[in-house]
This record gives sequence, C-alpha cells and structure tokens, in this order.
Amino acid sequence: MQIVKLPKENLDKFMGGLSKFGEIHAPIKKDENTYLFSKIEDLSKIELNYNRTILPPKKYFLPPNETMFRFSPEKGYEPPQDNLNKKYVLLGVHSCDIHGLKILDLVFSGTYVDNYYFTRRKNTSIIGVSCIPDDMCFCRSMETDFVEDGFDLFLSDIDDSYLVRIATSLGDDMVRANQSLFKEVDKEDIAEYKRKSNERKNYFKIDLELYNLPEIMDLEYESKIWEEIGEKCLSCGTCSMVCPTCYCYDVFDQLNLDGKTGERRRQWDSCLFKDYALVAGGLNFRSERSARVKNRYFHKQRGFVAQYGRPSCVGCGRCIQSCPAKIDIVEVMTKIRSASYE
Amino acid sequence: MSNHPSTSGADNIYQPSLARIVRILPQIEDHRLFQLRFEDSGIRQSFTYRPGQFVELSLIGTGEAPISISSSPTRPEVIELCVRKIGRVTEALFRLPLNSLVGLRGPYGNGFPVEEMEKNNLLIIAGGLGMAPLRSLLWYALDNRSKFKEIILMLGTKISEEMLFKYELLSLLDRTDMKCLLTVDKDEEGIWPAQVGVVTKLFDAVKVDPEITYAAVCGPPIMYKFVLRKLLERNLPKDRILMSLERRMKCGVGKCGHCSIGYKYTCIDGPIFTYWDAINLPEMI
Ligand SMILES: Cc1cc2nc3c(=O)[nH]c(=O)nc-3n(C[C@H](O)[C@H](O)[C@H](O)COP(=O)(O)OP(=O)(O)OC[C@H]3O[C@@H](n4cnc5c(N)ncnc54)[C@H](O)[C@@H]3O)c2cc1C
Ligand code: SF4
Ligand code: SF4
Ligand code: FES
Repeated sequence: MQIVKLPKENLDKFMGGLSKFGEIHAPIKKDENTYLFSKIEDLSKIELNYNRTILPPKKYFLPPNETMFRFSPEKGYEPPQDNLNKKYVLLGVHSCDIHGLKILDLVFSGTYVDNYYFTRRKNTSIIGVSCIPDDMCFCRSMETDFVEDGFDLFLSDIDDSYLVRIATSLGDDMVRANQSLFKEVDKEDIAEYKRKSNERKNYFKIDLELYNLPEIMDLEYESKIWEEIGEKCLSCGTCSMVCPTCYCYDVFDQLNLDGKTGERRRQWDSCLFKDYALVAGGLNFRSERSARVKNRYFHKQRGFVAQYGRPSCVGCGRCIQSCPAKIDIVEVMTKIRSASYE
Repeated sequence: MSNHPSTSGADNIYQPSLARIVRILPQIEDHRLFQLRFEDSGIRQSFTYRPGQFVELSLIGTGEAPISISSSPTRPEVIELCVRKIGRVTEALFRLPLNSLVGLRGPYGNGFPVEEMEKNNLLIIAGGLGMAPLRSLLWYALDNRSKFKEIILMLGTKISEEMLFKYELLSLLDRTDMKCLLTVDKDEEGIWPAQVGVVTKLFDAVKVDPEITYAAVCGPPIMYKFVLRKLLERNLPKDRILMSLERRMKCGVGKCGHCSIGYKYTCIDGPIFTYWDAINLPEMI
C-alpha cells in the first residue's frame, strides 16, 4: 500500500480540495461529548478528534427511511428517479465503523444484491481517521481496531502530521489532485506511527473475550441472565438504531391523498420491538422481552458467526452509551461467560 | 470504491412484476385459490421454481406478504396461490375482482430438494393450509411419476367442509400409481368417501421403509407434534423429514432480518428445513 504524509497545517486545504470528489460529510460537534456525521458547509466545523457519532455512517447507505418504489394501480411499482448516483465524500470514519460497513456489505451482497445500498456505497468515498479509545470502546476485542481495506484513504495521527494510507485508485486521485500538500514518509514517521499504535493498546478499559463465545452462547441459551436483562430492557430499540451493524428494516406501502398512488418505503426496524416476530394468527415467536434481548445478542455473537464467519459487533460502544436502561453488552457477555464456568 | 458487486442493469431484487388474476377458485371459508399470469411474456416464459418455494405478493397500495406457490413448475404459464384471508394484504386480495393486477417477486426460499428425493418413496403429510406448498410437490411428483418410487399423500382435516383442494384430491383416490389417504376427524352424516379419524391413524395403513423414504410435512404446530412422533417411531432419519416453517417475513431475500431463527433466515435457508435442522435451532418449532 502506498503511504504518504500530510502535515496538519495542510489539512484544511486538503479537505477543501475534496469537494470536487463529492459532497463532504464529516463529524461535527453537537453538544459536549456528542458528535454526528453531517453535511459540511464550513470546514472549520469538522471535528476529527471525536469518540463516536450518535448514528454510525450506515445512515448514508441504509437511510433511516427511504422510498423503494412509487406505485400506481396501472403501472405497478416503479423505482424512484431520485439520484442515488450523487457523489459523497465521507471523511473522518473510524476503523470500527469501516468494519461496520464491511459487515453490512456482507449482508447486502450475496445471491441477492441490494442495489439501493450498493449504488450508494459505490458513489461514496471513505476517508478514515485514527482514534483514541474511550472507556466504552472495545474494538480491540472485536478485532476492528485496525483496518486494511474498505476505505479510499486512511489518516493516522502522528502528532503534527497524518500518515495517509492510499487504498484505492480514487484515493490516489485525491492525493494527486493536491500533490503539493503531501510529503514523503521518513523513518521517524514510521517509528512514531508504531509507537502510537502500540501505546493505543493500553488505552482500552473494557474487553469482550471472544474465545469460544459462540459455544458459550449455546450453552447458556436457557440462562436466567436473559430474564434479568429482559426485566431491565425498555424495548425502545435505541441499541439497534445506533448500531453500525444492525440492518433490520420494515417495509410498508404508503398511500397518497388520492388513495391510489403512493410509495413503498422501508425504514429501520428493531428486533427489540414487540411486534417484530409476530406472525399471522397473532402468534408471536418472541413476545417475552427477555427472548428478544437474547435474540439480539445471540444473533450478533452466535448467529452471525455461523452465517458470515464473524460476530456482527464492532465494539464501537454506541449501544452502551445510548441505552436508557444502562444495559451494557460487554457486561452481559462477561456475565454469560462467568456463569458458565461457575 | 472498487470491490463492490455490480449494480448495473435493472436487476432490482425488490422489484415486483405485474401479474393478472386470471381465475379465482373459492376453496373453503376464507380460502381461495388465485391463478396468476405475469403480464410480461418474457417473465411468463422464464419464471420457474421449485416445489416449496414462495413468492412475495404485492397488493398495490397495501403491501407485501409471502405466499407459497401451490402450483407445480411442471405446469408453466400460470402460477397458483392458495390464500387464507387473515390480514391487510390478504383481505385486499380478496376484495379484488377477476382480471385485476397484483405484484409478484420471487421465487424465494430453498424449496424441497427434489433431485435428492427422486428415486425414493415420497410420503406427503398435510394439515390445513399446509397443503398449499405440498400441492406443488405432489403435482411435481405425479407429473414426473417415473422418477419416484411410491407416492403417498396423507391429509387430515376436522370436517370435510374444511378440506382444501377437496375435489381435486378426491379425484386422486382413483389413481393406482399413488396412495391417497384423506381423513376427516368427524363424519357425523356418514357421507365421507375416504378415511375417518385423526391423521396419525393413517399410519396404520402404510408401510414406511426408512431407507428409501422422504417425508414432507406441513401443517399446524399441533400436527407436527404427533406426526413427527410417528415418523421417528418408524425410524425415518431426521434429515429425511422435511418441513415448511412460517415466520414473519418482509424482504424474502435475507436482508431485513425479520425471519431469523437462531442462526438461519427462514426466507433463504428455508422455508423447508429438515427435522434435524429444526431441533438444532433455538426457537424453531
Ligand atoms: C414461507 C411462507 C409461506 C406462506 N404461504 C402462505 C400461503 O400459501 N397461503 C397463505 O394464505 N399464507 C401463507 N403464508 C402466511 C402469510 O404470509 C401471512 O398470513 C401474512 O401475514 C398475510 O399477510 P396479511 O397482510 O394479510 O396479514 P397481516 O396484516 O400481516 O396480519 C396477519 C396477522 O398477523 C397479526 N398481526 C400483524 N401485524 C400485527 C400488529 N401490528 N399488531 C397485532 N397483530 C398483528 C394479526 O394476528 C393478523 O391477523 C406464508 C408465510 C410464509 C412465511
Ligand atoms: S437500548 Fe437498552 S432499553 Fe432500549 S431496547 Fe436496547 S437494550 Fe433495551
Ligand atoms: S452491538 Fe453495540 S458495541 Fe457492538 S457494534 Fe453494535 S452498537 Fe457497537
Ligand atoms: S424475510 Fe427479510 S431476512 Fe428473511
């Protein structure tokens, strides 16, 4: 991989030059300690030193709600003419969130490829940025604290510069378009990068031990722990909304005022909502809250591993930060593990 | 970004194609058989499926519901759906007059492993609406009669007025190349021309050779319980017992998450599961 260096004093100029590659979206500060990915009008608003955004970048690829078709009784369902092909530059994406997108890629590809998702994916370039974990990050446990692909450029902070990894031809174009802003990497930069990434290991405060977790999930399927958590959980679905790898959605037809034409829409859904697994006749396979909480964890740490070869959690800490009932995935998994060895 | 799958062309996996309702055959109360024909002649000719697969049926302005294909791929040009009126989409379907347009996409799901089942005895056991997907398998097997050994159908309903496809199935009683066992729990007037009693009683009338038999079971949960016991008593291997399972579905293509059971998606890994799969998946039955 090609690696160059961007001195921090050139960062603004570089970001300014990116607008010709698409509309720039990057993290901005909302309040003290809350950040969000937003359209950038004013480059000075960009906040590259942030812990986590409220919503992950999935909102750009699987929007909270979107029109899939417009319909009329005569023509049936027609895809909207909306411009899925608009170009975006998503700047300042953390390693865990890039892994989150790679996990969504697995889900939306396969035998049936979701074009809504992948058209947006193709038209959005990703510029990653390194980060310092806080006390809710456990990406290291989930093996998502570093990333080798899934971005066009990746900026790693080495004090007064960024090391810039160039992963795609588009990323290369971005660098070439601003060639004078970049410098060659020297030995000291490499040493500094290594020192920083070694040091970063020590910042992690929590750990989710993955070792034989799927097996433990099977063994503890009937554990009382699920009931305990079920009693705390409010079924609000926040954990799913903020999760970079939760992809469940609901589909419905919405009529216009004429009562004939309308739109088929999809919107984010949560397996924590009560009606999620309801079938005809009112039979609900998961009417108990504990069964739904269990299902979420089971799917992430067991089911997804069986289906796609890795857990569908990247350790971003968002669900820990956002849960109004203070349910903490790391605590839950630690409990499950310890119960099985008691 | 470079390594994403191709999104070119008009291949939108969620795109329903228009189909016209060309026949409506009332069955029993709140159940009708709809014969549908794709508007587009290209789709009409290329659309094929496996017994046990399903389609997503769109009622324009109301929404979608997964429905098993009740017809057999050996009889192309039209597809048949046997639908029970139960909720929004199905009620909207029942309100439509003949010749109306609906949307269809599919076929989805794994379907029955028919190639693997060939050269074996076929034991089809149905209850209630379970006959819908099994009718596809039944006609597939009858239309490819030489490929299968014995074919046995066991169907049970409470009373004869509740039997789906009644006349079609009664006409099978005359066939010598299959055993058609139709039972009703009660026959107070004594007019039922076939068996009387619960479906499990039909097992007394058949011999099951566990080495060369596949059983396909579909019906209400209570039926599974008793039928499975009978099949296991006869040493049928757990992976030769096939069952069709219902879960709430939205997308039908493994994306929306709604149909997940444990670590499978009913829509793409099912809806046909072996009994072995079933007992190994949490929350399965
Ligand atoms: C693989 C597969 C194959 C199938 N094959 C067939 C078939 O061949 N024929 C057939 O008739 N059906 C079939 N079904 C079942 C069919 O898809 C469902 O009955 C479907 O729900 C019907 O859609 P609907 O819009 O009419 O009902 P819905 O409006 O979805 O309602 C169905 C029922 O669900 C409950 N419900 C739904 N939403 C709510 C809510 N928000 N609050 C409370 N209760 C609610 C109610 O009890 C209601 O009666 C199949 C299902 C699957 C998964
Ligand atoms: S955020 Fe917390 S309370 Fe809300 S559904 Fe998730 S686990 Fe339950
Ligand atoms: S489960 Fe929680 S920590 Fe894991 S990826 Fe989702 S939001 Fe982040
Ligand atoms: S119905 Fe959407 S994943 Fe199965």
